[in-house]
Amino acid sequence: MWAWLLRRIGQIIPTLIILSFMIFGLQQLMPGDPALILAGEERGDPLVLQQIREELKLDRPIVEQYLYWVGNVVQGDFGFSWRIRMPVTDLILQKLPVTIQLATMSFLIAIVIGVPLGILSAVKRDTPTDWAANGVALFGISTPNFWLGIMMILLFSVELGWLPPSGYVPLWEDPVQSLATTIMPAFVLGTGVASVLMRHTRAAMLTALSQDYIRTARAKGVSEKSVIRRHALRNALIPVVTLGTIEFGRLLAGAVLTEQIFTIPGFGKLVVDAVFNRDYPVVQGVVLATALIFVLLSLIADILYMAINPRLRQA
Amino acid sequence: MADPVLELRDVTISFPTDRGLLRPVDGISFAVAPGRTTAVVGESGCGKSVTALAIMGLLPSGGRIGGSIRLAGREVSTLTPEEWRGKRGGEMAMVFQEPMTSLNPAFTAGEQVAEALRIHQRLDPKAAFDRAVEMLARVRIPDAARRARQYPHQLSGGMRQRVMIAMALACRPRLLIADEPTTALDVTVQAQILALIDEMKRETGTAVVLITHDLGVVADHADDVVVMYAGRVAERAPAEQLFATPQHPYTIGLLGAAPKLEGGAARLASIEGTVPDLLHPPAGCRFAARCPFAIEKCREQSPPLGEVLPGHNVACWRAPLDTLLEVAA
Repeated sequence: MWAWLLRRIGQIIPTLIILSFMIFGLQQLMPGDPALILAGEERGDPLVLQQIREELKLDRPIVEQYLYWVGNVVQGDFGFSWRIRMPVTDLILQKLPVTIQLATMSFLIAIVIGVPLGILSAVKRDTPTDWAANGVALFGISTPNFWLGIMMILLFSVELGWLPPSGYVPLWEDPVQSLATTIMPAFVLGTGVASVLMRHTRAAMLTALSQDYIRTARAKGVSEKSVIRRHALRNALIPVVTLGTIEFGRLLAGAVLTEQIFTIPGFGKLVVDAVFNRDYPVVQGVVLATALIFVLLSLIADILYMAINPRLRQA
Repeated sequence: MADPVLELRDVTISFPTDRGLLRPVDGISFAVAPGRTTAVVGESGCGKSVTALAIMGLLPSGGRIGGSIRLAGREVSTLTPEEWRGKRGGEMAMVFQEPMTSLNPAFTAGEQVAEALRIHQRLDPKAAFDRAVEMLARVRIPDAARRARQYPHQLSGGMRQRVMIAMALACRPRLLIADEPTTALDVTVQAQILALIDEMKRETGTAVVLITHDLGVVADHADDVVVMYAGRVAERAPAEQLFATPQHPYTIGLLGAAPKLEGGAARLASIEGTVPDLLHPPAGCRFAARCPFAIEKCREQSPPLGEVLPGHNVACWRAPLDTLLEVAA
């Protein structure tokens, strides 16, 4: 178990090295003077350009530049936004709680809708209930988030006036208002993930329910409810948990369109604003942070998989 | 014969299919006495496993039962699903063919045995687990307390089948159905498992229905034999009598086709032809097309199961066959 964990963590290292090549390389591949690119809209200011050249050691050989950059990243320094005049790390840490809150809410909504619906549609396979559940999932997958978002704003904010159409209030300032501002974007994001979870739960449940051990459970008089909840679900959830963790990672990476529509100041909005402002260090920092979150979550997914699957636990 | 534990009378099992009504079992009757082992023998597809599932109330959806199935004198085929569930694992239990896949990989062996006790004897989890450990010890699992905490993947095939038997017998059922319980196991383990079933039968007085295609197993372990062919009973007799004086040409063919060690390098005998299509069964005897003794009547009329000797029934127009065999020899 511990040996496995160490080996698994060891596997991350090459991933991280390749990742650093790609992100650092992108900056080098841009045509022209890197200082001009990094300065973005501030390129007219020779003082800024000189500062960048000194900060990033742009007059040094490229290997040295790379090592210097990696060294900074390892110490938590993701660069500096000359546009906003703030360290990128601070910007990311500022947006991270917003994104975590939104992702967590979306994920909870996705689980509450997706998993029971998947179980129901597997148990009621090939009945109108199953078709209805699949219809809901198809709707969830194929509805564009921006459209659903706009429709929800029209209904709940404009027509009914129940919820604020946009903006964000931090959770610790006013929890109720905070939930009111995030519930619609969370729902919009959650429906897509719910559909994915539903389809996978359904498939995993169908597989589990067709196994010999289900017949054994029935043969010893286990009630149908318990056959589904204990015997089938316990096995079916193993792959769903892994998938769910990865989906959570996707939510944490930010939702560009949804955050834009509801003006939620999360990762998505940060990166969009940065792109429009040609604030390259911020884009680079967000990409790096997102990639790190993904690597970390896939490690967590593997650990969870290990923890809930007895066949792997003692192996 | 004491009151039978299980009595099937004219049982028909049918499934609707796209090509018409399929009847894998078509009017079979037999009874199982307490403390005895009744072997149900036949080729794959003769309806023996589906009969077992029907008795347990575990037919796949769409399956319908006609006729009468009585457990300890009570009709079960008309039970509601919930009433039937109450009998499964308590009054009747089943051991399946595939020990490798029949246990749930997500629960320990002990938990799986304990579950039956929790359901039928309403034991609390602790007491049920303790009883489960006792049961595992009784089916000769060494170091039962430790094994009870292990998952199926940590147990060998023979050990898993012992767990299945412990699970089936935990609530002292009146009837144990063992569907090819040793087919998937090594030969040496096979003998151990069958000996265990015999021993448990003697201890608990459980009636056993042993479903098999292995006549060697039948000879060593069965008291009574039901030979099935294409969804019907071909012959039914006490085991000794069946082996001494088989009456149905199919039984004779089976006995001839059973490999014997003394035979050395001799070619394996076989029964010519194949099983009829059950969607369109022939009008007469279902074995007629493969039977060396078939006459015109065999192809036209289905033979009833008649008693040729006390307790020895055979469905054949040409029985008793003794004279015919002498002619053939």
